[in-house]
Amino acid sequence: MKKKTATPHVAGLSAQQRLELLYWLKLNRALETRMAALFKQGKILGGLYRSLGQEAISVGSAYALGPEDWYAPVIRNMGTCLVRGVTPGVLLSQYMARQIPVGGRDNALHFGSVEQGMVSTISPLGGLVSVMAGVALGFKMRGEKRVAMTYSGDGQTSTGAWHEGLAMAAALKVPLILFIENNRWAYSTPVGRQSRLENLADKARAYGILGVVVDGNDVEAVYSTTKKAVDHARAGNGPALIEAKSFRRLGHSEHDDPRKYVPPEEFAHWEAKDPIARYEKLLTDDRLVDAAALAKIEARIESEIDEAQAWADNVPPPDPSTLTVGVYAEA
Amino acid sequence: MAVMTYLEAIRQGMWEEMERDERVFLLGEDIGVYGGAFKVTAGFYDHFGKDRVIDTPIAEAAIVGAAMGAALNGMRPIAEMQFIDFISCAFEQLTNMVASTHWRWGARVPMVVRGPCGGGVHGGPFHSQNMEAYFFHTPGLKIVEPATAYDAKGLIKAAVRDDDPVLYFEHKYLYRRIKEDVPEKDYIVPIGKGALRREGGDVSVITYGSMVHVALEAAAEMEKEGVGVEVIDLRTLLPLDEEMVLTSAAKTGKIVVLHEDRLRGGIGGEIAAIIGEKAFEYLDGPVVRVASLDTPVPYSPALEEVYMPNTAKLKTAIKDLVAY
Repeated sequence: MKKKTATPHVAGLSAQQRLELLYWLKLNRALETRMAALFKQGKILGGLYRSLGQEAISVGSAYALGPEDWYAPVIRNMGTCLVRGVTPGVLLSQYMARQIPVGGRDNALHFGSVEQGMVSTISPLGGLVSVMAGVALGFKMRGEKRVAMTYSGDGQTSTGAWHEGLAMAAALKVPLILFIENNRWAYSTPVGRQSRLENLADKARAYGILGVVVDGNDVEAVYSTTKKAVDHARAGNGPALIEAKSFRRLGHSEHDDPRKYVPPEEFAHWEAKDPIARYEKLLTDDRLVDAAALAKIEARIESEIDEAQAWADNVPPPDPSTLTVGVYAEA
Repeated sequence: MAVMTYLEAIRQGMWEEMERDERVFLLGEDIGVYGGAFKVTAGFYDHFGKDRVIDTPIAEAAIVGAAMGAALNGMRPIAEMQFIDFISCAFEQLTNMVASTHWRWGARVPMVVRGPCGGGVHGGPFHSQNMEAYFFHTPGLKIVEPATAYDAKGLIKAAVRDDDPVLYFEHKYLYRRIKEDVPEKDYIVPIGKGALRREGGDVSVITYGSMVHVALEAAAEMEKEGVGVEVIDLRTLLPLDEEMVLTSAAKTGKIVVLHEDRLRGGIGGEIAAIIGEKAFEYLDGPVVRVASLDTPVPYSPALEEVYMPNTAKLKTAIKDLVAY
């Protein structure tokens, strides 16, 4: 019988860390799958924006941050929130418009917590880039070796706010990591109609900052690329732009059927590169998991989600009398 | 006390706040080495250094965004718009991002966006505007506009210390025309409180910014004609000092709302509606608005004279209302 040792990996991750990454990937997917069911049941309202096939970007990037770093997820970065300590229960409660965490005031991943270094996104795209540049500026002004990270889709890179934010971050040389999560489709518009660039990371050259491309379906590649960018920013070398290439395998949101506008071969191509199946195979080959271990992880995740949902079901909806409270911090 | 200009009062207020609190810093276009287009920040760069007086790219949306991020992260930024007209480039950031933040997820955004507003200096359509109405509609923002040097200092200090985002509109016509005694000590003018500038029993003029001086001039002239004009300087536009407005309305029963901003959709309409709803029984005539015409701000002095309210136009409105 072969000795059961993990193969050293380029990302420099321990066996324990690699198992954690697998857990987060699978939790991310399972929780969003549960949410899709809750959406069909009418318990999650408005829109539901999933990250099926893109989980490695959220998970791998978040895993490269230190506990003191700040982040701002956009709409498909539930995995980032999970890795950074937002619990499945809080996420379910938020998506079900309950009192926790922010009183039902905004939907989906539109929430944040200064204490947890999480800045809330809003729906108009691009503005978060300069906000997170400002967070990074705060770190820099105080001489703290901390970084700020946020995300954009391929479509967002067309907005003026995105470019202004990057211009500001570059000019002020602040420790900002900006992801372009290139999932090839901005709602129904293919990336080729957003830009003539083969690699959107080339936009970094316009600002004289580090720009790199990574396979967004390879969690360890995302992790190690992010880690390098984080080290670069933390060392005072300014912002970094990372383009993670992937594919949005579902619609823009739950109501949208992408098969009406995405060529069928794209689905086949990218399903074969599924980031979770791929990582399971890698860790199986490296003898870190086997079928029984995978089943055990899945069972653990299902029971965690069941528990989270039971908890979230008991969180009350917001008290209508609180609606006008908090428009101002100071009355 | 020292005699100082409105501009010097803004400077001194910011200077004192930066001395008092190291979290306070400035960012904007040409504010550092150059000292700002109007020299409001002259000398700050040399005294406080490049890390606290930050020259930025010409990117108003990102100036506001970066200010918000820094504010979330424990700083107290003062962002300058070189002309307040350019705040339109940051409209999205202010109305959607900055203004909603505390209500949506409880995070405080203690930041100030300040800049020169207003006409009368022949600046043309894009260097003369008054932008308050665009933001008055937005929950979560505060808006102040001082008319005096005393208030200019006290309000900028209050704005810096406020835990909400404050838009601080400073009238460029007043920068060097207003000179008065201002205490060289620390004081604030509270946000949300108007000032009764002149008492009178016949007509109330409710106004703010440079129009306070027009109102006071008209009031002095009307007194010679035996008409007592009360002048209310709102100082803060959002949240509005409703109590002061309604008290004066109840007292005189005849109200002129005066602003330099355009008539249609200007905040005068909201003030008239508040008076109509809450002080109707005291009214002895219609609530009258005197404001700029509904065109872009013209460049030529011949046109700007027609465009903007002035003492003569206000006096006509007061006389008509008295005769109503």
